[in-house]
Amino acid sequence: MKLIEGLYYSKDHEWVKVEGEYATIGITDYAQDSLGDVVYVELPDIDDELDAGDEIGIVESVKAASDIYTPLSGKVVAVNEELVDTPEAINKDPYASWIIKLEISQVEELEKLMTSQEYEAFIKQEG
Amino acid sequence: MTYSRLIFEVSKEGRVGYSLPALDVPIEDIPTSIKRSKDAELPQVSEVDLIRHYTNLSQKNYAVDLGIYPLGSCTMKYNPKINEDMASLAGFAHIHPLQPEETVQGAMELLYKMERLLCEITGMSAYTLQPAAGAQGEAVGLMIIKAYHDSKKDFKRNRIIVPDTAHGTNPATASMVGYKVTEVKSDKEGNVDLEALSQALADDVAALMLTNPSTLGLFESNIKEIADMVHKAGALLYYDGANANAILGITRPGDMGFDVMHLNLHKTFSTPHGGGGPGSGPVGVVKELEDFLPKPVIKKEGDSYSFDYNRPKSIGKVKSFYGNFAVIVKAYSYILTMGAQGLRRVSEIAVLNANYMMKSLLDHYELPYDRTCMHEFVLSKLKDNPNNINTKQIAKRLLDFRLHPPTTYFPLIVSEAMMIEPTETESLESLNTYIDALIRIAKEAIQAPELIKEAPHTTSVKLLDEVKAARKPIVKWTK
Amino acid sequence: MFPYIPATDDDIKYMLEKIGFSSVEDLFTDIPEDLKLKDGLKLDPAKSQLEVEAIVSRLANRNIDASKMPIFLGAGVYDHYIPAVVNHISSRAEFYTAYTPYQPEISQGTLQAIFEYQSMICELTDMDVANASLYDGASALAEAALMAVSVKKRPQVMASSLINPESLTILRTYLESQNIDLVLIPMDQGLTDADYIRDNISEQTAAVIIQSPNFIGYIEDLTQIEEYTHENASLLVMSVDPISLGILKTPGQLGADIAVGEGQSLGNPMNFGGPHLGFMACKNQFIRKMPGRIIGQTEDKEGRRGFVSTLQTREQHIRREKATSNICSNQALNALAASVYLATLGKKGIKEVAEQSWHKAHYAMREITKSGHYSIVYDRPFFKEFPIKSNIDADKIEKSLLESGIIGGYKLKNSLPNLTNAILYCVTEKRSRQEIDRLVTVLEGLR
Repeated sequence: MKLIEGLYYSKDHEWVKVEGEYATIGITDYAQDSLGDVVYVELPDIDDELDAGDEIGIVESVKAASDIYTPLSGKVVAVNEELVDTPEAINKDPYASWIIKLEISQVEELEKLMTSQEYEAFIKQEG
Repeated sequence: MTYSRLIFEVSKEGRVGYSLPALDVPIEDIPTSIKRSKDAELPQVSEVDLIRHYTNLSQKNYAVDLGIYPLGSCTMKYNPKINEDMASLAGFAHIHPLQPEETVQGAMELLYKMERLLCEITGMSAYTLQPAAGAQGEAVGLMIIKAYHDSKKDFKRNRIIVPDTAHGTNPATASMVGYKVTEVKSDKEGNVDLEALSQALADDVAALMLTNPSTLGLFESNIKEIADMVHKAGALLYYDGANANAILGITRPGDMGFDVMHLNLHKTFSTPHGGGGPGSGPVGVVKELEDFLPKPVIKKEGDSYSFDYNRPKSIGKVKSFYGNFAVIVKAYSYILTMGAQGLRRVSEIAVLNANYMMKSLLDHYELPYDRTCMHEFVLSKLKDNPNNINTKQIAKRLLDFRLHPPTTYFPLIVSEAMMIEPTETESLESLNTYIDALIRIAKEAIQAPELIKEAPHTTSVKLLDEVKAARKPIVKWTK
Repeated sequence: MFPYIPATDDDIKYMLEKIGFSSVEDLFTDIPEDLKLKDGLKLDPAKSQLEVEAIVSRLANRNIDASKMPIFLGAGVYDHYIPAVVNHISSRAEFYTAYTPYQPEISQGTLQAIFEYQSMICELTDMDVANASLYDGASALAEAALMAVSVKKRPQVMASSLINPESLTILRTYLESQNIDLVLIPMDQGLTDADYIRDNISEQTAAVIIQSPNFIGYIEDLTQIEEYTHENASLLVMSVDPISLGILKTPGQLGADIAVGEGQSLGNPMNFGGPHLGFMACKNQFIRKMPGRIIGQTEDKEGRRGFVSTLQTREQHIRREKATSNICSNQALNALAASVYLATLGKKGIKEVAEQSWHKAHYAMREITKSGHYSIVYDRPFFKEFPIKSNIDADKIEKSLLESGIIGGYKLKNSLPNLTNAILYCVTEKRSRQEIDRLVTVLEGLR
């Protein structure tokens, strides 16, 4: 299972990449693997104001649907429209297939997230 | 070559498959402003083409009339033919639901009598036959529960409890009716965990929805305690009748303490599933809840029957008219045929058949809850599984033996679940055929795993690409 | 012994021995003793086939069916011609004794038939996608309202008061249980009042729901309504009579976002109200919000065309409390009948049935109103149903017709109180000129 150093990880299996005031969010390799072939992705609207824990979309395979929650509060500034036509990109490269970009409103929320080592341990414990 | 054409591909300009009498009235102009701009491109086929097309299609289906169909919780029993004949009598098939009541007294009498029969069989006080299926029955049941709490000005009850073994419909219905759902876990015996239940019960709980026997095929032996706990908390107890085939003439939901319930006539009472419908999901209630039943209600005075629409506390209506009448006729004929003794026999043999199959498979498959089962049982993975054969592969391999697989991957709390419900209409020989196939597959899993992984081999199409179907849905024919 | 239970006494003994039990009774020890029925169910003893036939046939014979008397009653359920082939196909056990097609490799018959059904419904309604059918026209209408609410995330729907009253009651029941507001659009001269929509539609409104032909028979003018609805970014839901689409403008042409209707007329007997089927079709963009089963085309691993249930993640068995609806079945057998019906009639036949119904209904209207004792309530375009008023009591008319061997129309006072004496007559292609003339003669004799 692939992990990338320097990203933040959530218990709901999302990864977060922080660049200045902005965060890019996607689902982890572990998440795409347990879902299987992704067939559909539902995205939020740009400018949606979100609180941490809000639903930002759905990733679906043939036999399962998984809600995606934002681990951070903030305003949606971009969504990855390409996933609508090529949902399989999430299986191929989950860390390149970002879902949304957020303008972070509460930077301290990052402290609740895990490092890649912590996340690796978390998965071991879960599985 | 297997038949593979679509009806649109059979079509040829200029062919017709129907005939109507010549128009015997003057022609009345149809204004262009209201007309459709182009004709609907429906097929053009002769009657011969049509019959061959659909007969060919029918031969690509597996069906109860071809062999055992042991889908757990679906009760795929044999569908008696006399019932079909009765439902298609002209006096039933060709009556309009809004005809004057004096012209449909026979139909109304049948509905009335059916309600009384179901009351006796389940220990409820009154029934509505309106719901078109189990899921709609559940919705009616929960609407009644909501109306009951509202009538007591008890507006804070916004939660429904379901066990983790519940059918997916239970939570889906609860949320459709506006409730939040709380799941309680099962204990290691497969019963509802009483501790967890007691923690979940509070003054915001409207009802507990329970299937008994549960989807593990096990009878909830603490049912009386559960009923007491639920009632003490001011909530009601809902019976999901999906598994009623285990208890006919043996025990009754009404006696167990349930307040509202639905039955599936297409499971327990032998009406055919039709490839996914129509069904019928009557709802029974205790005396206290009668006023909330959907309208109309049938009344009997002397020898005459009437519809009563004046029901101020009724939840309203969920289905046009009086339910799936033709389905009800079939179930009515079935109950007459079986009688009290026959219905009890149904459950006895359904339970015996299930236990026989369960014990016969123990050497080869894991049984996560090792108890005497009721009408169905749930197996988990293969005991000896060096090649990691999963349940889906076993299911597909069964197709090669011209057998229908069990319900798979349900209930969710059992990994690799296979839920098997043979029903009472399967003979010992038929059960043995199925057992032999499952044992043979267990052996193949060790000796010839590729045979299983590549299955099915003998069906009209091989493993279908569901991912492709979902990514770029093609849901209609285009030229 | 029971013909549907093959187990013999020897079989039972053998099986009990195998599992180590001494009696069948012992299998039920998990059930507390005091919950067990002591004296059995109080039902009549089992009956033979001949006895069952006699009892059930007696009940059937107490009814007067459409083969005994011509029927001029419609109001949502119709006596149309059913080609003989329909019953022969839907009586094939391979279709009617199969379950929901969970194993596609051995359910291609049902799956392909429903795929073809979806295709024909799309053709008929001019919509992009259709589902595999719902319980009936009324629940399809209610599900369409819920779907619109979920798509638009708005808490209110506006529905014409000229929607079939059965459907309206059901719509109200569904919406109330989810705390969704229902605004009824009043009638103006036999049609839905478009001005009312213009003046009352708001950013709260998820959908405007119109039935055409409406309950009292008139063909609605959608031009203004469509404009007001879409200007407000609400969805337009249309409920239609599928037979009328043989000639009338389609929901697709009229700009509907969701089209629904009662599919009974398509080859299904009236059955005292059920089972019937509801059809639902919508624009492509809403497919993932559409409730009910959807069949899709795909390929097997050798490249052969095949069909599967698709987009299943919307359904209750996966999404549980987050499903688009709690529905887990469709009316597959009724949809099969509808499919066979549409294929039998085909491109030409659906038009002819619609045209004959139109001509015969108009002939009946002209004949009934000829003498001037009866008149049509509003002089507007209608399809196969029309409301007639007179100063004769509607109950009296119904009774006299029945005495003369005719099942009359629908008394509108039951649902539209301001049309006290009006009766809604329905004339399908099945009614002959002779039957229509007989109706007129009886009516004329009443004054």
